[in-house]
Formats: sequence, C-alpha cells, structure tokens
Amino acid sequence: MSFPLLTVTAAVPAAGAILTAAVPAARRGAAKWLALLVSLATLALAVLIAVRFEPGGARYQFTESHAWISDFGVRYELGVDGIGVALIALTALLMPFIILAGWHDADPLETKSQRWRPTQGFFALILAVEAMVIISFEATDVFLFYVFFEAMLIPMYFLIGGFGDRATSSRSAAAGGGTDENAAAQRSYAAVKFLLYNLAGGLIMLAAVIGLYVVAGNFSLQEITAARAAGTLDMATSTERLLFLGFFFAFAVKAPLWPLHTWLPNAMGEATAPVAVLITAVVDKVGTFAMLRFCLGLFPEASKWATPVILVLALVSIVYGALLAVGQRDIKRLVAYASISHFGFIIMGIFAMTSQGQSGATLYMVNHGISTAALMLVAGFLISRRGSRLIADYGGVQKVAPVLAGTFLIGGLATLSLPGLAPFVSEFLVLVGTFTRYPVVGVIATFGIVLAALYTLVLYQRTMTGPVKEEVRAMPDLRLRELLVVTPLIALLIGLGLYPKPLTEIVNPAVKHTMSDVKRTDPKPEVAVEAKNGEAAK
Amino acid sequence: MENLIALLVAAPLLGAAVLLCGGRRLDKAGHWLGTLFAAASFGIGVALFADMLGRGADDRTVHQRLFSWIPVEGFQADVAFQLDQLSMTFVLLITGVGTLIHIYSIGYMEHDERRRRFFGYLNLFLAAMLLLVLADNYLLLYVGWEGVGLASYLLIGFWQHKPSAATAAKKAFLVNRVGDMGLSIAIMIMFTTFGTFAFGPVFGAVDGTSEGTLTAIALMLLLAACGKSAQVPLQSWLGDAMEGPTPVSALIHAATMVTAGVYLITRSGAVFDAAPDAQTAVVVVGAVTLLFGAIVGCAKDDIKKALAGSTMSQIGYMILAAGLGPIGYVFAIMHLVTHGFFKAGLFLGAGSVMHGMNDEVDMRKYGGLRKYMPITFVTFGLGYLAIIGFPGLSGFWSKDKIIEAAFAKGGTEGWILGGVALLGAAITAFYMTRVMLLTFFGEKRWQPAPDADAVPSAEPAAEHRAGQLPHPHESPKTMTLPMIVLAFGSVFAGGLFSINEAFVKWLEPVTSFEHGNPPLGAGAITASTVVVLLIGVGLAYVQYGRKPVPVVAPRGSWLTRAARRDLLQDDFNHVVLVRGGEHLTRSLVYVDHSLVDGVVNGTAASVGGLSGRLRKLQNGYARSYAVSMFGGTAILIAATLLMRAV
Amino acid sequence: MNPVNYLYLAALLFTIGAAGVLIRKNAIVLFMCVELMLNACNLAFVAFSRMHGNLDGQIIAFFTMVVAAAEVVVGLAIIVSLFRTRHSASVDDASLMKL
Repeated sequence: MSFPLLTVTAAVPAAGAILTAAVPAARRGAAKWLALLVSLATLALAVLIAVRFEPGGARYQFTESHAWISDFGVRYELGVDGIGVALIALTALLMPFIILAGWHDADPLETKSQRWRPTQGFFALILAVEAMVIISFEATDVFLFYVFFEAMLIPMYFLIGGFGDRATSSRSAAAGGGTDENAAAQRSYAAVKFLLYNLAGGLIMLAAVIGLYVVAGNFSLQEITAARAAGTLDMATSTERLLFLGFFFAFAVKAPLWPLHTWLPNAMGEATAPVAVLITAVVDKVGTFAMLRFCLGLFPEASKWATPVILVLALVSIVYGALLAVGQRDIKRLVAYASISHFGFIIMGIFAMTSQGQSGATLYMVNHGISTAALMLVAGFLISRRGSRLIADYGGVQKVAPVLAGTFLIGGLATLSLPGLAPFVSEFLVLVGTFTRYPVVGVIATFGIVLAALYTLVLYQRTMTGPVKEEVRAMPDLRLRELLVVTPLIALLIGLGLYPKPLTEIVNPAVKHTMSDVKRTDPKPEVAVEAKNGEAAK
Repeated sequence: MENLIALLVAAPLLGAAVLLCGGRRLDKAGHWLGTLFAAASFGIGVALFADMLGRGADDRTVHQRLFSWIPVEGFQADVAFQLDQLSMTFVLLITGVGTLIHIYSIGYMEHDERRRRFFGYLNLFLAAMLLLVLADNYLLLYVGWEGVGLASYLLIGFWQHKPSAATAAKKAFLVNRVGDMGLSIAIMIMFTTFGTFAFGPVFGAVDGTSEGTLTAIALMLLLAACGKSAQVPLQSWLGDAMEGPTPVSALIHAATMVTAGVYLITRSGAVFDAAPDAQTAVVVVGAVTLLFGAIVGCAKDDIKKALAGSTMSQIGYMILAAGLGPIGYVFAIMHLVTHGFFKAGLFLGAGSVMHGMNDEVDMRKYGGLRKYMPITFVTFGLGYLAIIGFPGLSGFWSKDKIIEAAFAKGGTEGWILGGVALLGAAITAFYMTRVMLLTFFGEKRWQPAPDADAVPSAEPAAEHRAGQLPHPHESPKTMTLPMIVLAFGSVFAGGLFSINEAFVKWLEPVTSFEHGNPPLGAGAITASTVVVLLIGVGLAYVQYGRKPVPVVAPRGSWLTRAARRDLLQDDFNHVVLVRGGEHLTRSLVYVDHSLVDGVVNGTAASVGGLSGRLRKLQNGYARSYAVSMFGGTAILIAATLLMRAV
Repeated sequence: MNPVNYLYLAALLFTIGAAGVLIRKNAIVLFMCVELMLNACNLAFVAFSRMHGNLDGQIIAFFTMVVAAAEVVVGLAIIVSLFRTRHSASVDDASLMKL
C-alpha cells in the first residue's frame, strides 16, 4: 500500500478548515495566516502530484480503493488522470491568491460584538470548498463524486450569502441605490438562487446515479467505462440517453450552460471578488470536468446523440454571454457574463470530440481560471477602493493608479484571448478542433472573439481612461499584498501562453483515452502534406 | 548565423519588458534604452543581410526552430522563424525606420511625463512586427498580427485622458479584430484541409487542393489584410488612429503595421495564384480603396488625417499590385518600401510642424511656414515630390510600375484598373499639392492657441501657451535628423532599386515574377502618368495657390462634405453597428432578466403561490380538521364499497 | 331480536356523536360526543361478537373502554387547564396550530 497522496491532498485543506474555524475569536489574525499556510501546503502537495504523474503511465494514477458502503457497492475510490491533475493543480494554485485577496474581506465590523467570528468562518469555508473540489476531481466512484459535488454547495451558500462587498452596500446606500438591508436581501436572493439551481440539478443527477446503479450494479467509473468500451455492459438506447441527460443537466447547471446560467451573474455580482473567483474559476470547473469524465466516459453513445443540441446551446452561450456582457453596467456582472461565454467555448470543445477540442477545453478550464482570477481580483481591488460596482462611477483611473490599470488591462487582454497569453492557446485549440468537424459552428464561434474584444475594451475605456473623475482622484495604487496576488497570476498567463507544453504533455494522454472511450477519431486532412524536415521528428 | 534571427525579435521585446516593468527609476534613461534596443535589432538585421547577400540567390532562405509551442495530438505549432528575401526587406524597413522614429520621439515626446512608457510600447510594437514578418507558420504570424494590434491600441490611446484618443484606440482594435477573425478562420481551414499551417507544407500542397477551398482561404486572408491595412470596407479606423502621437502615426500607421496586409497577401502568393476569384476580389478592394482614400485625403483639413487618407490610398495601390499576381508582387513590396520612406518622412514633417505650431493640426490655420522651418520644409517637400511620383524620385519608380502592371492585367479589366490607378495618381498629386500649399506657402493664417481648459491638449506644456499666437520654430536635432535620413530614402531608394532591376532580382526567388505586357507600351504609360500628375498639381495650384485660403472651411460640394465625413462610412457604422448593437444588447439584457430568469422566478413564484393557498387549509380549528378526517374516511369507505360492488 | 338492529342503533349513535363533534364548540360537549362515538363503536363490536359467535369483539370493547377512560382523564385535564388560562371552554379559541 503506497502513500495515499490523493487522500492527503484533500484531507489537508479539510483539516485546515476545522482548525481555522476553531481559532479563538481574539486571534483572528492567526486564522488568516493558518488558512494561507494550509493552502500553500495543499499547493505543495498538488505540485507533488503533478511532478510525479507519469504522462505515459496508466490512465488513472495514485489510485486508492477502500470499501465504503458495501451493501450498495459504493467504494472510496480515488485516482487522477491528466485532466484531473491539471484541475487539481489549478484549484490548489488559485487558493492562496483567493485567500490573500480576501485578507480583509471578512474583518468584523466594529459595531458587532467581539464574539462574532466572521473571519474564521470565511477562511474555514474557503478551505472546505477547496477540500471538496479536490476530492471531486479525484473521485472515480460515481457515488463518492456525487456526495462531494453536492456537499460543496453548502459552504458556497454561506460564502455567497454571508459575505458581501461591505463597501458596496454602504456606497449604494449613499448613492441612493438602496439600503444596507436591500443589499443584504439581494445577497440572500443570490445565495438562495445559487443553492436552488444547483440542488435541482443535483437531485436529477441523484436519480440518474441510482439508475446507473440499477443498470450497472456498481458505481465504479473505471469498471463501467471499461465494460462500456468492451461492449460487455449493454444499456438500452433510451436508458442510456435518460441517464446521460440526468448527469448532463446537473453539470450544465454548474458549468453553467445557457439557459441555465442566470444564477451565475447574481452570485458573482453579490459575492466578494475572491468568492466570485472561487465560484467561476474553481467550483464551476467541476461541472465541465464532470462532463468530460462522466458524460463522455459513461455514456459515449448518448453523448454523440446529444452533441448537436449541446453544440447549439454552447454557441448560444458564447454569443449570448458576450452580448450581455457588453450591456452590463456592473463590473462583476460583466465578468460573470464573460465567463458564461467562455464556458460555452469549453463545452463546445468537449463535445466537438476531437483531440484538439478536448485538449483545448481542458487547457481552457485552467487558463480561464487564471485569467478570470486575475481580472476579477483586480476588479475587486478597484471596487474596494471606490466602493461601487457600477462602471459609470469610474473614469480616468489610469492616471491615478497606473499599475492597477495596467494589471486590469492585462487581465482583460487575457479574457479576450490575446495571442501570447495563455487563453489564446486554449481558445484557438477549441476553435480549430470544432472547425475540423463542424465548420459552421466553428465560424460562428469565431464571432465570439470580436465580441470579447468589445466588452473588454469598453470596460477598460469607461473605467480607466478619459478625464479623472473627482471621486477617484485620491485612489491609491496597488499595495504590496495586492501585487503579490496579481503578479504571479500575470506571470503564469504569459508563461503558459508562450510555453504551454508542460500542461499539454500531462493532458494529451488523458484526451487520447477519452477519444477512445467515445470511439471517435480526428477527421483526416483532405490533402496529404509531405512532412517538412524537423516536423517529422514528433 | 541563423541563430541570430530570434535575437531580432528578442531585443525589442526585452526592451519593452525592461521599460514597462522598470518603473520610475528608468524615467531618465528610458528613451535612450529603448532607442538602443531598436538600434541593436537594426544592427542584427544588417548583419543578417550581409550574411544573406554572401549566399547564392536560391540559398538565401534560412530557418530557426526554437521550440514546439502547442504540441497536441494531430496539431503541431512551432515557434520557428523563416528569414528569406521578403522578410529581410521588411526587417530592414521595420528596424531602420523604427530606429529613426525612436530617435525622433526623443525630441517629440520630451515634455511628456510618460515618455518611458511610450518607448516601451514602441519597442513592443517592433517585437510584434518582427515576429509577424519572421514567423514560418500562420499561427505564429497571427501572434505577431495581434501583437501589433495591441501595440497600436496602446499607442493610439497613449494620451488616454482624452476621450477621443481612447475611443479611437478601441475602434482600431475592434475593427482589426474583425480582420483577425478572417485570419483565424483561414488558419482553421488550412488546418482542416492540410493538417498544418506552416508556410512550406501549405504552399507545397496547393496543387492538389480544390479551388473552392483555396478561394475560401484566400478570401479570409483578404479580410484579415483589409482590417490591418485599412482597406475598404474595414478602413474606418485609420483616420481616427491619428489621435495617437505623430511618431506613432509615422511608424505604425504609415510605414509598417498597415502594410502587414500587403505582406500577408504577398507571402500567401501561392494560395492567391491558385484562386483567381479571390485575386479579383483583392484587385477590386485595392482599386476601390485607392480612390476612396484619395478622395477622403482631398477633403480633410487636419494635416494628419489628410496624410492618413493618402496612406489608405497608397496601400490600395500595393494591394492592387499584390492582387495582380506574379506581375505585381515585387512592385507591391517595392512601393511598400519607398512608401515607408516618404510617408514616414511626411508624417514626421507634419509632427515637426505641429510641434512648432502649438499642436495645431488644421492646415487652414498654417500658411507661409517655409521661412520659419526650412529643414522641415525641404524634407517634407522631397517627400511630397516622391509621393506624387515626380520623375526620378522613389515614388515614381514604384508607382509607375504598378500602373504598368495594372494595364498589363489585360482585357477590359486591365484598362479599368489602369485607368483607376492613373486617376488615383492625379488625385494624389492634387491633394498632396494642397497639403503643401496650405502648410508652407501663402500668407500666415495662424490663430491663438485654444484655451487649455476648453480642449484637453495632448501635452501638459500646452497649458502655458493658451491664448498666444504660435511662434513657429525649427525642431531640435533629434527630430530633424531622422527627417533628413528619410528624405534621402524618398529621393534615392526607388532609383537604386530600379538599377538593373535589382529589387526584382532580389525578391524573385520568393515571390516569383513575370514581366507584364501592357497594351500601351511602357513609355506611353510613363508619359500619361506624368501628364495626370501635372494636371493634378495644376488644379491644386489654381484652387489653393492663387486664391487666399479661408480659415473657416467653406461648406463645399456634397462630395466634399461626404469626404470630410469619410464618405459617410462612419455614419453607416454608427447607425447600423453601434446603434443596432446597443439596441440588441439592451434588449438581450431585458430578455435575460425577464424571460430566461423570469421563467425560473415564475416557477418559484407559482410554487410559492400554490403553497400559500394550501396553507389556508391548515386553519388551526380542530373541528375543520375533524371534518376533513370524516370526509376522507367517508370517501375511502365509499370507494372501497364501490370497488367491491364493481 | 335481529342483531342487525343493534348495528343500526350503533350507526345512529355514531352519527349523532360525529355531528356533535363537528357542530358544537364547547369542549365538554365535544368530549361527550366523542364518548358517544366510542360507545357506538363498542355497541357495534358487541353486536358483531354476538353475530359471529366469538368473543373478540367483546374483548376489544373492553379495550376501548379502558382507552376511553384514559382519554377522559387526559382530555378533561387539558380542558380544565385551557379553561384556567383562557376562561373559555370553546375549542375555536384554541386555534394555535396554524402558522
């Protein structure tokens, strides 16, 4: 029995969450440092996984398997393929930045009594989410996955509903936008909406999970996938389709795919910037990840059957999300709609069922996480300075805080997939991968890149350029803590944009396996080209 | 030697990184550092050029492969460079003119507190532009292609406290993105068809490919070229781009970046040659733009916008030539190089005039400046003679060849294209003479500088000059020196290239070349070029040289009014795209809120309503519970009895 | 005598009791009606016991009586305490079970 690396990676933040919650009220500063240390330790473990993962080795590595509920064949089975490794690395990577960016977000208001302990709760909840997300990426038992897929809603609910932009509420009151109670009501509306949407999705998935057990007799992803691929496990076509839809619905809510997206702008708008990053960059990735792993692996035929509809929905997401982003007045909601557009790209890449599309989609998940984190966290710094989320309240920030404006621009350029930055690689792979099989879909999706430029540049122009507004005249530039958050993210964006090879090497074998699961091969080029010298090598 | 190619790109890239990340510490030395990096790149370029000349004509292409960029199953994208005669020409033009403009900017931007950043952006531009021309595959070219777009965005919007500059920058980027979309679709088609997008394999496989596919690729490349090179219908951004500092207009929006479209078409010559329909489209775009730009150039009173119209028109010539196939590629590039010299010179001259005139750009408020700015006058004058194609100067050699090639296209088409090209030459002579006369001749029409508060001026120094009459003076040496060098190029480059057809022989191995056979004979065409030139100059002299010029522009004919507004294209864009887009997004926001979200909220509300009704049954009265209990029992018993009865 | 007549009587008594429960407000009267219903059931049980010739019905009748007695004790206690606090024996006043 080898060292249970995967369990430990998930257990460290889980234990950290409990410890953080137990820190006495008077020492809330210690809670922050504890949370940061735990997230860094988890990052170290994730790096260890990534380094020791052998791209050429078995499909699932570091596997662990223990009986759990033997009456129903539920096992505690963990294992990661390249896609899982990439996403665990992303999750572990973003956490320290999220914690650092939210350093003061949960400091108690002076008016509250000293026994109130929001700080400990905030960081404990973040760590709890991290633990659950990581175990979702690791689980190869469908039931185990389901449990954590649902359980992470609970800490997320409290993070969204319990910790809003404090400055926003007071500012909107001053600006005549409403009162503190109004802001609190909107926040709880957003939290409940988030919970109900995802619970509804989860409920339908639960039915499908039970159905799968009835059909297959166990919950093991590896066994079922292997049996499906070998043809030893027959499913009636209609059964397979129903089960597929049950799974897909839950993931499409989480991802989110149009028209199940409306919870995201509310949730991201009302939550603090770090929590918004947690939602879109980390938690939502579980949805797209699960589509790739569970929908395609368990139900290959049904996936192919549903592809046309899903591609159309993804296209609608891309264009619709981008157009709505253009029309937003609120910075955070704008980023949320941009994310919806990007999730459309990811889902399109997954269901195009080509190597380029799926590698691109996996890279897209990672790159979108980093780029959205960069943009959203800088936006959060901006919002905390002026105390307003409205784009119209800003103007000329560039003159006052050039570093803030510069980092904001880079985050924006990453969002519009500028070549040289990481998201370009993934977006282009997705487009190319889709185009080779579905040219029309690929061409329409390309309009997304024009719209992305539109919403990003409009946002930048309205907030950062032009004459300096009176209210932003005294705005300080980025502080050291904020620079510590932004600089590594930007460095990663540039690094992965110029040299994505380490990532693609990990992801490629997993994509190959998925392609063989669905029994699809890439379309062959129409015209044979003699290999050029040098290119023939690889 | 070929290992130096990467350094060409790396030097200015390093410069940009150092200048942009260096912070305020570098404020004092930043401009020299930036110039140094540009000059270093030029030095490497010259060394590589010497090396290339040392080898035989067929042995001049060198490759450098750095690393595999995106290795994915079935997908191979490398960071690899290809240096051949075509890229070499561009490298020398970009780094040479680029270095000169760096030097010029030292003087021009002297009073700007953000000068270091300006040089950082300029270096970034050089790196991206070099990447564009050195890439050996379309995807890497695309990186450079968008990179120059980014640099152009940053530099047009450099004075971003001016809302007009910020808007112009955004517009330039957006219109370019539409073109970029074309390039990315072209790459996607290439990948689907050939499984690769490296130059060599793609061009090698053209023979076995259906014409429809090639036409699609070529048309998408043309769309990309239209965006970057400001060709109709994507030309609207170039005029607004003049909001940027003048050195930027000279380097990016005259000499180098806007000619990237010509490079793209010439580079993809193999594809275009096999797709005649697409070539026709290229020719039409070029011909339409060359007239469009010329007409716009006639009506503008803003000296930079007049020159921008001229740039559009001259690039129209190049695109036209590139669309003619092997008879035109070489001349397109030749005109591109000579244009790089004289148009950069003209813009620098315009910048020098503005520098002496309180940043006034309206030519109607100039006049009689030749006495006050002798060097600017002479260098600008030489550039002027070159652009109108005065016999013997650079522009003459290259433009004459293009007109010849247009006639040589043959048939009615040839006559139409040749006629358009000649007409364009006449209009060019007209509007450039107009610029010359309004600026340097006639009486002084200077106006006091506008109130600084009323118009947010480009330079902070402008605040001190409010209300004073300008004191025109010659610009400092850092500014006049590049102008003199470029003037030399404007005068001699074309002639040098034409000695013994040196330029043709230089490029022929890359672009292929055929001698065209114009139906008129070269002599007749040259003669008619000179005639239309004289007509154009004469008309301009009659209108602007002999009569006093009003300071406030007269209303003008309908054509003048339309041309002042860029032939109404902006109005069209505004009404259709901007307004339409606003309505679309606004209504979608409404739909999202009320329809998509409404369905969900409606479901929630109806569940809530239903439970509200049901709640009323639980009224707390024990007797009403008892009634329901009795009622229920009665119904159950009745049902049981009925069942038994049945 | 035909035992069916006892059943008619039991049904009649039960109906009277049920109607009383539904109509009257006074807790004591309500209580008496409940007792009436219980005893109607007892009557029916005993009648059935006689008709079928076994003792099960009579045993259940005894059970019912015991339970009814216990119920009277608890119920009267509730009514008394309600009356003490509210000064009313009307059941409609004690409608606290709704939201």
